[in-house]
Amino acid sequence: MELTVWTYEGPPHVGAIRIANSMEGVHFVLHAPQGDTYADLLFTMIERNKKRPPVTYTTFQARDLSGDTAEIFKAAARDAVARYRPQALLVGASCTAELIQDDPGGLAKALALDVPVVPLEMPSYQKKENWGAAETFYRLVRGFAGGAGKPAVAPEQASCNILGPTSLGFRNRDDIVEVVRIVEALGVRINTVAPMGASPADIARIPEAHFNIVLYPEIADTAARWLKRQFGQEMVTTTPIGVGATRDFIAEVARVAGVEVPADLASEGAERLSWYSRSIDSNYLTGKRVFIFGDATHAVAAARIASEELGFKVCGLGTYSREFARDVREAAQKYGVEPLITDNHLDVEDAIIAAQPELVLGTQMERHAAKRLRVPCAVISSPVHVQDFPARYSPQMGFEGANVIFDSWVHPLMMGLEEHLLQMFRGDFEFHDDAGSSHLGHGHGGAAAKAGETETPADEAREAISTEAAAPAAANAPSWTQDAERELRKIPFFVRGKARRNTESYAAENGLNPITIETLYDAKAHFGR
Amino acid sequence: MTVVYKAPAPAQSCGPETAERREVLKERGQHEVFCGLTSIMWLHRKMQDAFFLIVGSRTCAHLMQSAAGVMIFAEPRFATAIIDERDLAGMADMNEELDKVVERLLDRRPDIKLLVLVGSCPSEVIKLDLPRAANRLNGAHSPACRVMAYSGSGIETTFTQGEDNFLAALVPDMPAECADAVPSLIVVGALGDVVEDQMMRVFNGLGVGPVRFLPSRSSTTLPPVGPNTRFILAQPWVGTCAQALERRGAKRISAPFPLGEEGSTGWYRAIADSFGVEPARFDAITAPGRERARRAVERYRPVLEGKSVFLFPDSQLEPSLARFLSREMATSIIEVGTPYLNREVVGAELDMMPESVRVSEGQDVDRQIDRVHEDNPDLIVCGMGLGNPFEAEGRSTKWSIEFVFTPIQGYEQAGDLAELVARPLMRRSLLKVGS
Repeated sequence: MELTVWTYEGPPHVGAIRIANSMEGVHFVLHAPQGDTYADLLFTMIERNKKRPPVTYTTFQARDLSGDTAEIFKAAARDAVARYRPQALLVGASCTAELIQDDPGGLAKALALDVPVVPLEMPSYQKKENWGAAETFYRLVRGFAGGAGKPAVAPEQASCNILGPTSLGFRNRDDIVEVVRIVEALGVRINTVAPMGASPADIARIPEAHFNIVLYPEIADTAARWLKRQFGQEMVTTTPIGVGATRDFIAEVARVAGVEVPADLASEGAERLSWYSRSIDSNYLTGKRVFIFGDATHAVAAARIASEELGFKVCGLGTYSREFARDVREAAQKYGVEPLITDNHLDVEDAIIAAQPELVLGTQMERHAAKRLRVPCAVISSPVHVQDFPARYSPQMGFEGANVIFDSWVHPLMMGLEEHLLQMFRGDFEFHDDAGSSHLGHGHGGAAAKAGETETPADEAREAISTEAAAPAAANAPSWTQDAERELRKIPFFVRGKARRNTESYAAENGLNPITIETLYDAKAHFGR
Repeated sequence: MTVVYKAPAPAQSCGPETAERREVLKERGQHEVFCGLTSIMWLHRKMQDAFFLIVGSRTCAHLMQSAAGVMIFAEPRFATAIIDERDLAGMADMNEELDKVVERLLDRRPDIKLLVLVGSCPSEVIKLDLPRAANRLNGAHSPACRVMAYSGSGIETTFTQGEDNFLAALVPDMPAECADAVPSLIVVGALGDVVEDQMMRVFNGLGVGPVRFLPSRSSTTLPPVGPNTRFILAQPWVGTCAQALERRGAKRISAPFPLGEEGSTGWYRAIADSFGVEPARFDAITAPGRERARRAVERYRPVLEGKSVFLFPDSQLEPSLARFLSREMATSIIEVGTPYLNREVVGAELDMMPESVRVSEGQDVDRQIDRVHEDNPDLIVCGMGLGNPFEAEGRSTKWSIEFVFTPIQGYEQAGDLAELVARPLMRRSLLKVGS
């Protein structure tokens, strides 16, 4: 049993629903208790879909458990096929139905329905949402593309499939537009995009392409590997998130497709991140400590952008995607940080406290931790909520994606001039630590007017958090003189936690106790900023 | 699986004959409703020193964060102890595991005064005895933190029934009222703070009291209960809690629910009659509120008058809502769906509507959607899984969950309630984009 405040992924059947909802002509009959229909809201509310997801739930209740729940499943499957006439029927069980072991696959087979049935085994107590989506997509690909041998592939023009975009995927809707534009500019024909927008018939055509672009490995890696083994289709696995990664992606697609990269594509004119990041206004971004957490694909991409394209210092990197932990470990080594592989939100919160970042790039869940720690935060990966399914065009991939990323990651940080003035003058009645960044619009002077002079409750909360991480070592931790404590408070809040930690470790290393103003400045000289 | 049947007369029904004669459409099929766990969404705000620990699966945790996670919590007041494979295989003793989880939680959050273990479908199916676990944990953690348990599982509860089970589980903890206490009143069902405060002013005016609310705003101030206690339901879904209170000797005051001018007056009048308030005093105290409620509702009548309304099952508020819409807003009600029909509690509401109103209990959502297509109502009151799909068909919907999350009870909110229902129609006529 595990204490879970927030979960990074839903159960595997939600992954299966995401595949069904992404596609055309697929219906899913899910054996599940009353109440599990909440999953419909993910699509009708969070993603704002106009249609109900193609799912029939059996919604059994307690009184049904003494009767024949298998019969309820069979009736639901029969009715769903009669009503929706799908091209393919997925059948599976949710976590509670797994416990009562009705075997939806076997039951559906016994019904002898006149549509192809794809049974799904979803081990709810072991696996999670992305696994469920990957498994469902793989089962569909095997089922519909697996029948015949390798089809003849027309040689005249290189062609590819784009695999991985799904319903409820982070910015998938706009990413595909961006990627399709790039691939077509290379003169490569797109055979299918799947699962988003594809029908079972489209899935059957997948082997007709020369190669596969795996946009989201969390969803499409399993299927693409099988396609490679079965049909020898090569896989392009570079994720085009960030300027550098997009260039690498273009080079890889060109190599696999055997085409030349047109000059105007390599030096894309609409890409502004490079200039914005070089412009002097971005100077103050240098060395900003950033903590990164998300699915493996987005976390690794974010670390590269942060480090190579924005000049941040990656002070923490982690993922909840255990299947792709290796990629994150490699990346973490590159940035000299300890990789964090966990799906426990409390562990992530602890790691953020220990790393003392000035910016958190994470999921919707890191927004909770960042609020508690009062650290600026931007969302880079699922799980996300309704505000991250925006109306406006907002890809993460390709050159326009890099533009979107520049704006959204820099936005939560305090702007340069304000940051300077806050370091110069601490007792302002309008601009002070507790007011937050004024460009975010929620600062209120007035009541907190004296905040700069006296210690405020918020100050205490922040200090408590920054000392919380050091608590285990508290027994031999050096104490602070009052003067040194006061001097520490003159350091702006966004770097104060780090200064405290550095000073304490410097004092411990050098056997200095208590910490004086001298120790504080000795440590500063020792560590630099 | 549709059965139309004549409802048998309830054993001690005192309602008029129509409640017994009215045909109820009983359906079984896909239920597009929430489970009782969702009630934590408002209970954690009402009782701020309580923490709700669901014992369940990743699905339960996912439900909670999908619904509540759009708010950013510095200190969430709910969490899930996720059962994993080791627990199911019997490799780990589940009770020991649960104790460890509770310990970790209470270490982290020493401010928790009441820890509520909430049962889910998985924990009920494997028959994990949470009330017993609560007892055991109570021994370890009281008096600093009390531990209790109730079930919010989908197999047993629909949406607001979670609150009912929570309140029913609180009843044994309520202190006993002295045998010689003056008659007191408990108002049962979570209400907005502002609604409680307004009600208190009316009770003070009527000279009724002491009056207390269940749930109370803090877990440490549960109202006392005994044979001199009377109670009235403020929400239609608290039937189980009512029975628990009756078992402790308290007596229920029957009334319509306080929605709209008529409902609120009926509700206050039942209380006033029970406490022997002079009619003149009752009229003097309630007249200004009634007048204001009538005036506030008037503003929205032109939008709603004559419109046909179809209500999907969601919270059990549907009969009371339909009664308000039918009698005070002059709409014509086509169908009133309710997940569960407690005749003793809402029979009177149904009797106040014309016989032509179709009443359905339970659901087969596909068939119910078919009926919407046949009936073509002007407004559909439904859940969020259906709202946008209906809107995309060009229909007007009011998402029903909002009635549970909005202060709508009493005189001062009658206008807000009308506005809530009228808003989608006003919006539709306002927008010059879309269909």
